Amino acid sequence: MSDSITMQVFRYRPETAAEPTWDTFEVPAGKEWMVLDALNHIKDHMDGSLSYRWACRMGVCGSCGMTVNGEPVLTCATYLTDLPAAEPVRVEPLKGFPVIRDLIGDIQDFVHKLKRVSAWIVREEAKPLAGGEYLQTPHELSQFKQYSMCINCLLCYSACPIYRLEPEFIGPAVIALAQRYNLDSRDQGSEHRMDVLSQDDGIWSCTFVGECAEVCPKHVDPAGAIQRYKLAASIDWLRSVLLPRGRR
Amino acid sequence: MNKDYKLHHPAWYRRQMQIFWWLKRFSYTKFISRELTSLAVGWSAIMLIALLWAAGHGAPAFDRFLTLMSSTSLVVLNIVAAIALLFHTLTWLHLAPKAMVVQIGRYRVPDRLLLIGQYLSWAAATALVVWYFGGSR
Amino acid sequence: MKRSNEPFFWLLFSGGGTLAALFLPALLFLLFIAPALGLVEPQSFEQMSAKLRPAPIRLFLLVLITMSLFHWGHRFRFTLYDGLQLKHLFGLIATLCYGGAAALSLLTAYLLWTFP
Repeated sequence: MSDSITMQVFRYRPETAAEPTWDTFEVPAGKEWMVLDALNHIKDHMDGSLSYRWACRMGVCGSCGMTVNGEPVLTCATYLTDLPAAEPVRVEPLKGFPVIRDLIGDIQDFVHKLKRVSAWIVREEAKPLAGGEYLQTPHELSQFKQYSMCINCLLCYSACPIYRLEPEFIGPAVIALAQRYNLDSRDQGSEHRMDVLSQDDGIWSCTFVGECAEVCPKHVDPAGAIQRYKLAASIDWLRSVLLPRGRR
Repeated sequence: MNKDYKLHHPAWYRRQMQIFWWLKRFSYTKFISRELTSLAVGWSAIMLIALLWAAGHGAPAFDRFLTLMSSTSLVVLNIVAAIALLFHTLTWLHLAPKAMVVQIGRYRVPDRLLLIGQYLSWAAATALVVWYFGGSR
Repeated sequence: MKRSNEPFFWLLFSGGGTLAALFLPALLFLLFIAPALGLVEPQSFEQMSAKLRPAPIRLFLLVLITMSLFHWGHRFRFTLYDGLQLKHLFGLIATLCYGGAAALSLLTAYLLWTFP
């Protein structure tokens, strides 16, 4: 049957069984279908109990990250025809996260880390409305723009062997997002962020495997952000050792 | 029904990472190979220390060192180390531009230029070594 | 929250990695492989000691060898943590890696200082 595709889908329903199972579905190979289209077809026509996350279906919301044939991908951005034709397509939850149900992983860890690193504009004093907007030149924007492209899809966490071995590692996206704000001319929070990041479970767990940058669908290059930050943190450390500053 | 399941008590399923995770995926194997080149770096340091020892303890010690160095096992070991060292150098030079942001005013020096700079530095260092330690002077 | 002191080791690792990448391939090949394979004439004892004796050369070798050792120590420590999942032995591993590097560095300094 050349016009249908075999999908092997990871199922985990704790109220039914303590261990996960794999369900097999024969899905029609629609024209220009993504993996997400196949999953939607399964849910709509074959097994309505299949649970998974998705939203924008165009690669900007970061909801539909899953492991397909062993690779962390956005299912809305992966053509069925790009996968080996003769083999079943294996879809499982993003590796590295505990599975709540079926294809849904628990990403609370990431959300907590985003908060820890203050992934927002930090000002010592907020400008009042009457003070007008914060002005920023195109050059200033270019300093952090690449890191602002992160859609929090967590493919990088799934690809990072360090995060999978040591979940306390703060992780690639959080560091890239911290850099997005550190390098933003409107922000004044870099000192606080460095307290959080220059820790053993922060940037110093990273050994520059580089897989995070390989899988990132938005070309954020978290690996590059982390190495740059290591250099910045080291220079800061040197300064604090050679020219000790007073403690606040 | 799963009789161990308690209603409203979530039971997350945790998947384990295998011990030899780095054999399961080619990019991870490349990564571990790259990291293991540190052994070649350490080995070269030891070879240099041995040379310093031999050259500082008179001609007989130096001759014994030369003989040892020419033994088959040591030559093979050193060739393996040299290949690993080359792998270290190539991966190091390619990754170094990622850690550096070189800006001249508004202009950000592209990675490719930085890489050329890395290779030029390597060529210069090699030339220095060959000039100083090569030949009989 | 006090910031980590890891930068100390990371800077040695980075500096060592750079020096090693630039100088060690040529040194290993020229001093140890090429003579053994007959590609170049091996240096005589007098020639080699004369080349190693000048103070700038000894200083350079001290820096190169010490930083290469600490490069190995730092990188190998993390390879053991991640590759063999031995992070729970962090005390023992750190001692072996950095301690080993430090011990060999002291030996190097001694050999270079007392070089005849």
